[in-house]
Amino acid sequence: MTETKTTVGYAGKIEDEAIVTQLDAAVDWVRKNSLWPMPMGLACCAIELMSTAASRFDISRFGAEVMRFSPRQSDLMIVAGTVTYKMALAVKRIWDQMPDPKWCIAMGACASTGGMYRSYSVLQGVDKILPVDVYVSGCPPRPEALLDALIKLQEKISREPGLKNLKKTPAANAT
Amino acid sequence: MAIALAAVNALTKRFGDKVRTPVAFSDKVTGRDELSVTVAREVIADACELLKTEPALAFDFLLDISGVDGYDTNPRYQVDYLLYSFKTGGLLRLKVAVPEEDPTVPSVTKIWRGAEWHERECYDMFGIRFTGHPDLRRILMWDGYPFHPMRKDFPLEGKPSNVPEVAFTEAAPLQGGPFVTVPAEHAADREPRIRENALPADVRDKAKKP
Repeated sequence: MTETKTTVGYAGKIEDEAIVTQLDAAVDWVRKNSLWPMPMGLACCAIELMSTAASRFDISRFGAEVMRFSPRQSDLMIVAGTVTYKMALAVKRIWDQMPDPKWCIAMGACASTGGMYRSYSVLQGVDKILPVDVYVSGCPPRPEALLDALIKLQEKISREPGLKNLKKTPAANAT
Repeated sequence: MAIALAAVNALTKRFGDKVRTPVAFSDKVTGRDELSVTVAREVIADACELLKTEPALAFDFLLDISGVDGYDTNPRYQVDYLLYSFKTGGLLRLKVAVPEEDPTVPSVTKIWRGAEWHERECYDMFGIRFTGHPDLRRILMWDGYPFHPMRKDFPLEGKPSNVPEVAFTEAAPLQGGPFVTVPAEHAADREPRIRENALPADVRDKAKKP
């Protein structure tokens, strides 16, 4: 089975109220439009994250407004800010507590690479401890940039063979 | 300044030659007018007690305690106490020299409760131990971290370490750095860069390689 790229097909004139699709595409379509973020706010990026969720930018336009402060109810970790070594294993633990399928956005320079902190105390990129799907540049990124990352992630999810992944073990499902 | 001078006089009267000659710092632009005095390590707690309890001085607020690593100097370390009085407005800086072979200083936590965290930070970053401190643990780094990162012989990029289940560290890639800023008129000249003189020769040669 190759990677699916089929999206939901709907032609109102022919099918009227019927929608033709593949199961993969349907699963992906449901997943990508209802991402529940786990706001891992660790520094100033978290302020921009809050702004993204608030009225002006309104992340709910993309179906990702249900910020859950419990990892067990989320499927998208937005790492917003500087991950120190002291915090690193706590972030990893929260990530491990999130149920599959799950995705991760590294928001801003610090979360992506350690940013300006070439230092003894800062983890040089959160991808050292967990798999990242989308990196956002900026220090901090503007809310539009985060929304762009969210749309990029939605595109990525829509290309996933969701059904195939379902049959895999959670460990193999990572990344 | 008058309060600070009175404080130094009181210290000299009580502790004699264990109190050195004070050093004044004043700057018209910023309006700073400050006095620093070095006291012997063994009398620092008593000196602080005196400065706080003497009604005419009443240094009731400990602004900060900071550590200094002179590295090449002898004695190597120094601990600075910045005292302020809300009653009189007096500001005084006390300095204590700390030798490398015995990095201990009497704690002032009994005089100002707020010293507790300052001393823990100083211990964490420089490895200076405060005798009589009720709870001398690391405050920023975690228990079991093997280094004292603000010491001059600790590299900027850090060193690898691992405390299982707690935290790990790795050396950060410096890409030929450290990047150092220097005083200059134009922002472009002040910008952090690899400065030839700021680096040891072997590091500099490594950075030049393509």
